Amino acid sequence: MENVEKRRTKLKRKAYYTRKIKRATHLLFYRRHKKPGVKGWELRRKLGSDYPKILKILNSHLDKLDLQVKTVFEGEKPAGQPTLEQLDKARFYITLRGGLAPKETKMMGWRIDDIAGLATAISYIIAKKGKAPREEVEELLRNKLPGWRVDINMNRYVRSGYLAEDENNQLYLDWRTRAEIDQKALVDLLMGTETEMPIS
Amino acid sequence: MCKSIEERRLDPFNVDVDDIIAVIQKYFPEWESPEELCLDAEAIHRLASIVKLQGDWVKHRSTSLYTDPFLLEEKIRRLSKEELATVFLETWRPIIELEQISLHGLSEAIKYWQDLLPLSERWLKTGSLEMETGATTREELVKLRILAEKSFLEELEVFWEELKHRVGGAEKIRYWDFIGADTYPETTKRAYMTSFLVTYGYATLELRPLEEETFIKPFEKPRSTLGKKQMVSIPVSISFEEWRTWKRGEQN
Repeated sequence: MENVEKRRTKLKRKAYYTRKIKRATHLLFYRRHKKPGVKGWELRRKLGSDYPKILKILNSHLDKLDLQVKTVFEGEKPAGQPTLEQLDKARFYITLRGGLAPKETKMMGWRIDDIAGLATAISYIIAKKGKAPREEVEELLRNKLPGWRVDINMNRYVRSGYLAEDENNQLYLDWRTRAEIDQKALVDLLMGTETEMPIS
Repeated sequence: MCKSIEERRLDPFNVDVDDIIAVIQKYFPEWESPEELCLDAEAIHRLASIVKLQGDWVKHRSTSLYTDPFLLEEKIRRLSKEELATVFLETWRPIIELEQISLHGLSEAIKYWQDLLPLSERWLKTGSLEMETGATTREELVKLRILAEKSFLEELEVFWEELKHRVGGAEKIRYWDFIGADTYPETTKRAYMTSFLVTYGYATLELRPLEEETFIKPFEKPRSTLGKKQMVSIPVSISFEEWRTWKRGEQN
């Protein structure tokens, strides 16, 4: 009798989480606002106060598909376990878990030039402490891209949310860079890549 | 120079803040005109932002993201497009989004479209409704609670008649015997009306401080005392305890 009761409770709990995971998937995959992603407080309202647990289960399901639930905190990433308040203010996205092969980027509508330009712009802004004049970044891109493409690409990076530009033509890193790119890993990889020294 | 530093063109440590402060301090007593002082203020303001930038620089340098910008710039210049793209792809995790309408959404949309009236019909319906103007009666206004059933003055005159009737031939009546009622709310309402009887000249109060008694005397005709005599306010306490005491005395 006790076993039947236990099984029934287990099934009920399973059904509850299955329902909540479906809801979380819809919320996270479909864009509901101008920007993709969902704020923690929105998830709490729609899924209940145990939404971090639901996201954790969803994340383990997404693992098989090479996807993940990415949490972008407001400001610095907390050193230890994030508090509920920090989670409520954070934004949650679904992103790729592993890296992309160069050939795959074509399917996403990005040419190798576009990606190299974006990598250059982002890493230069990081090196300049998060802010750099647009003309300096454009100058750097002109080394490797034809002039007419530089402006088009810069506008694309700004429009997509990778870069933001203020009224003084200063460029900053925008929300998409924070969500999609591991900035530290990018700089480390760039610095660690061996390059040929010019022969003087 | 300060502007260039603020725009991140120059290193904030190129400015010797102490030296500039010393110069400003030296010449400050000589300035007299507001323009000169304004220029000084602006210089201080710019220096403050330089100090902030220097602080930011130290902070950034102590973080794990710090990389020498010249070194990084050199690396970027030397790497080929392919190498740059490969490095970037290792750190890039694009956001996944879906843009797809569900069958349920589609059927809901079709249903909505079928029920939607043509614009010409909808605009007709939303036109302003014409209403004929007409006169309303007092009874209707009372029903709508815009007007009270009796006007206040009418109610006051009825209350005055009641006072005269209760006094009879005795000329006056004890205040509590007049205002006292079966319930406390009714008593307070009667005290409220009595205060208007006195203020509007329908009655007067007679106070006997030694006996701690107050009487109310109705006038045969309302007297207008406003402006002729100095008005005196008499506070009368109508507490629940006093009402209970009066009620017990009434019953005995």
